[in-house]
Amino acid sequence: MIRQILKTISVWAIPCFLVGIPLFGAIKRVKVYESFVQGAKEGFQVGIRIIPYLVAILVAVGMLRSAGAIDMLARCLDPVLRRIGMPAEILPLAIMRPLSGSGSMGIVTELIKTHGPDSFIARFAASAYASTETTFYVLAVYFGSVGIKKARHAVASGLVADIVSLFAALIVCRLVF
Amino acid sequence: MLNYIWLALVILAVLLGGINGKIEDVTKAAIDSAGNAVTISIGLIGVMTLWLGIMKIAEDSGLMALLAKAIAPIMKRLFPDIPEGHPAMGSMLMNIAANMLGLSNAATPLGLKAMADLEKLNKVPGVATNAMCTFLTINTAGLQIIPATMISLMQSMGSKDPTAIIGTTLASTLIAVTAGVTTAKLLERLPIFSIARAAGERKAS
Repeated sequence: MIRQILKTISVWAIPCFLVGIPLFGAIKRVKVYESFVQGAKEGFQVGIRIIPYLVAILVAVGMLRSAGAIDMLARCLDPVLRRIGMPAEILPLAIMRPLSGSGSMGIVTELIKTHGPDSFIARFAASAYASTETTFYVLAVYFGSVGIKKARHAVASGLVADIVSLFAALIVCRLVF
Repeated sequence: MLNYIWLALVILAVLLGGINGKIEDVTKAAIDSAGNAVTISIGLIGVMTLWLGIMKIAEDSGLMALLAKAIAPIMKRLFPDIPEGHPAMGSMLMNIAANMLGLSNAATPLGLKAMADLEKLNKVPGVATNAMCTFLTINTAGLQIIPATMISLMQSMGSKDPTAIIGTTLASTLIAVTAGVTTAKLLERLPIFSIARAAGERKAS
């Protein structure tokens, strides 16, 4: 039942936006086609503007991953986190999550495969993955699109949100599952 | 800050790559990632153009101003620097709504539209404003009601109850957003994160 409702929402949301906004515009006597192309012409520039920022971040993250740094860092942190009840299997995911969306997706898939989709580890991993975003990617794309080079406190607050979401997911999953 | 983080990531990668005997992989990853970054950016152009067009209609028809007014009471607290009825309020709301529904194809273009609106209020080019940092934090915390990607992954892996993670995800994402935004609000007052300092640093370099 819930699944059906959710599916309907996610299937219909975008078509509703795509028809609803122009329809509202037409009622308000906006020349919708002219308005659309006027706004849309910025799209290309935005895409191009992001490139240097995204190359900088993705190259650094890609190099770090391939050097085996994630596993090493996970091994270093393991004794500390184990003491507070964090399952060791989750650590690589926790470190990867702010750095790479596809990388952490791969880890979640692997964890679900190994432990079974209805295991605690799988559910915890899925919740932890979904309750946050890839901080460095968002940073590069969002700030890059308007040429922001000085992120000020955004990196720190973004990472705080990542760390909190991991521990929140652990606590909530322990309570629920 | 990004200067140090970026440098640290690259140094660490080469150092550890050398120690682990994976230096060739590191080289390959650098080149592949650069290509990948361009592919992602170019791939964004299509949806970006579509949503910027749609959002322009929303703006011209007064829909954005209407949205901005409707949510002003909440947004004024989160973004005190943004004047009432500014289009940035409307586009940020659209981005947050798309994120909540798990519509990642729409969320990023709408978010970038919001960034462009926020940039209009920026007095120091190249330096993030308080509003931008708060908005970015909400996005990096990934406020999501329906974790669509994870539900379908769980389903495809044969889970008996793939929607079981909705509640736990929602709870932890809400906690994360609250913590992130609170942190952003506290940090924006610290002298080391001040706009003047970031701008001065830029002139010096």
